[in-house]
Amino acid sequence: MMANTTALMQVRNLKKYFPIYAGAFFPRHVGDVKAVDDVSFDIYKGETLGLVGETGSGKTTVGRTILRLYEPTAGQVSFDGIDVYGLSESQMSKIRLRMQMIFQDPYASLNPRMTVGSIVAAPLEVHKVASGKVKGKRIDDLLDMVGLNPEFVNRYPHEFSGGQRQRIGIARALAVNPDLIICDEPISSLDVSIQAQVVNLLEELQQQLGLTYLFIAHDLSMVRHISDRIAVMYLGKIMELADRDEIYIRPLHPYTQALISAVPVPDPDVAENRKRVILQGDIPNPANPPVGCNFNTRCPFAEDVCFKVDPDFQEIQPGHWSACHFSERFIRHPVEVQPTPV
Amino acid sequence: MEYLLEIKDLKTSFYTDEGVVHAVNGISYGLKEGEVLGVVGESGCGKSVHALSIMRLIPDPPGKIEKGEVLFDGRDLLKLSVSEIRHIRGAQIAMVFQDPMTCLNPVFSIGFQITEALVLHRGMDQAEANKRAAELLTLVGIPAASQRLNDYPHQFSGGMRQRAMLAMAISCDPKLLIADEPTTALDVTIQAQIVDLVKRLQQELGMAVMWITHDLGVVADIAKRVNVMYAGYIVERGPVRDIFKHPRHPYTLGLLGSLPRIDEVHGTKLISIPGLPPDLILLPKGCPFAERCPYVIEKCVAEMPPLEATDEPEHIVACWRWREISGGATR
Repeated sequence: MMANTTALMQVRNLKKYFPIYAGAFFPRHVGDVKAVDDVSFDIYKGETLGLVGETGSGKTTVGRTILRLYEPTAGQVSFDGIDVYGLSESQMSKIRLRMQMIFQDPYASLNPRMTVGSIVAAPLEVHKVASGKVKGKRIDDLLDMVGLNPEFVNRYPHEFSGGQRQRIGIARALAVNPDLIICDEPISSLDVSIQAQVVNLLEELQQQLGLTYLFIAHDLSMVRHISDRIAVMYLGKIMELADRDEIYIRPLHPYTQALISAVPVPDPDVAENRKRVILQGDIPNPANPPVGCNFNTRCPFAEDVCFKVDPDFQEIQPGHWSACHFSERFIRHPVEVQPTPV
Repeated sequence: MEYLLEIKDLKTSFYTDEGVVHAVNGISYGLKEGEVLGVVGESGCGKSVHALSIMRLIPDPPGKIEKGEVLFDGRDLLKLSVSEIRHIRGAQIAMVFQDPMTCLNPVFSIGFQITEALVLHRGMDQAEANKRAAELLTLVGIPAASQRLNDYPHQFSGGMRQRAMLAMAISCDPKLLIADEPTTALDVTIQAQIVDLVKRLQQELGMAVMWITHDLGVVADIAKRVNVMYAGYIVERGPVRDIFKHPRHPYTLGLLGSLPRIDEVHGTKLISIPGLPPDLILLPKGCPFAERCPYVIEKCVAEMPPLEATDEPEHIVACWRWREISGGATR
């Protein structure tokens, strides 16, 4: 999984606001839910970028907006040098051949009235990639690639378990030979032993086909396992972005520190001895975010400046970005949150 | 009396149109006073059904507790009348469920829902109960508790609802708290808050806790003893350290291997368990894990292994070949 550093996708100052209307008869625009608020990052060719965050942090909206499943409020996305938001509908359809998505819920994302064969064939037909015998062969190959018996083509989704359905979703995403796959919490609805099967499959496919992944999840340990670099989102903003090991060993943002220390470790000795940062309170309402830094309501280090000035998302060290006024301080005095392996 | 709760050969089935679903297949264990037990397993392993059976909350039909005894403080809960069991539920055994959104009644205030049990089980009048309810909400970490008593569930966030559920559960000083996946629906930072809270409450109030979950990380943090369940059987049981450091059942070994760890070294490959759990309608005659097990031999398919003692104290396992599976879990 050696990723080079040519950006396959560049996201700059992306914003996606969902308007709020009030009034039954003459609805007025009274505010916005700032689901994604000024987010910038690159996805390098061949890498897996993990995007982590809690419920309501805007991670799924980022995934959908860069695929233009939602129209952005502001910002630019360029994919392999092409300005995605400047494309017409027919041009967009062409570029979607190269960007596919795997969804969270394998029960809701497969049409119960379509056979497995026709589900996997749908992208081939829509994009007129293959037909007839070639199409049939391609479907067999795809099912084989994701570890399903090609004899299952005429079965329906309800005949499969959650993990197998997720494999069908993966086969569908692979059908048109994409470069980038956005995996939106592909394993969070699966049991532990099945999660490992699907993650191993995703890793094998990446090696075989040279895929690039944006892996969206809330499970930090799984994200660390699969990702090359990790971006942490909170309330519509990216708080920190760095290499997978760097972000765990030297987290420069207090939110990342708290998030890492909150992850349970399946080892009683580590659990007993580790220092934990337990955050107070809940994630604020994205329709009414705090003034200044988004994290100031829960941050154990917040000072006056945090309640006035929203910190810039800046490169603190080469490849390590953070949006905190005091990131420099955490370089000098690291906060140890990484549990030591025993 | 040694155990607070002792379960003997409990068997629960569901009679559905497709056939009889064997959800819990004859499990036995004891829980001491003040002990924290973790019950781990994947969907459909019978961990929730066994807890609901203890509380006699299995819907009948289609469910049926086929046989067994559930001795609580020496009394068999399965033999009690409906009104007798009602005096136990909520008062002596309390339960917290996975989804705090559906467990609170949306049309009653939080205060009313907490005081209900106090009035019913403790015979308090409403004013007294309100005062106690405010104390309880403070205890579970809800600020400005007396003002929030009049709030409705929708005004609480997910984490606060789970705190309110806990306040309700501990309101009558239960001897046993059954927590059925109480943090599964919550974000990790909120989960850490709730786990911390339950640990604190358990120490302050000295109650026994049964924590049901699929998350081995949470179990390692909170439990002192662990039951690992698979297809309605307890396949391994022991002190938490033994289970995590020296698992003796191939399923436990596989579960631990399939978890990525936040402290893992780069490039570790996950060891997945192939295949799927068995259909609970057509349970195999032998070991239910045989089909997925890398250690399977003919005997496994033919005969279900009994739970037997290992060379570590209080560590028991149901596997014919446990002696060969020692200490292999440390990666």
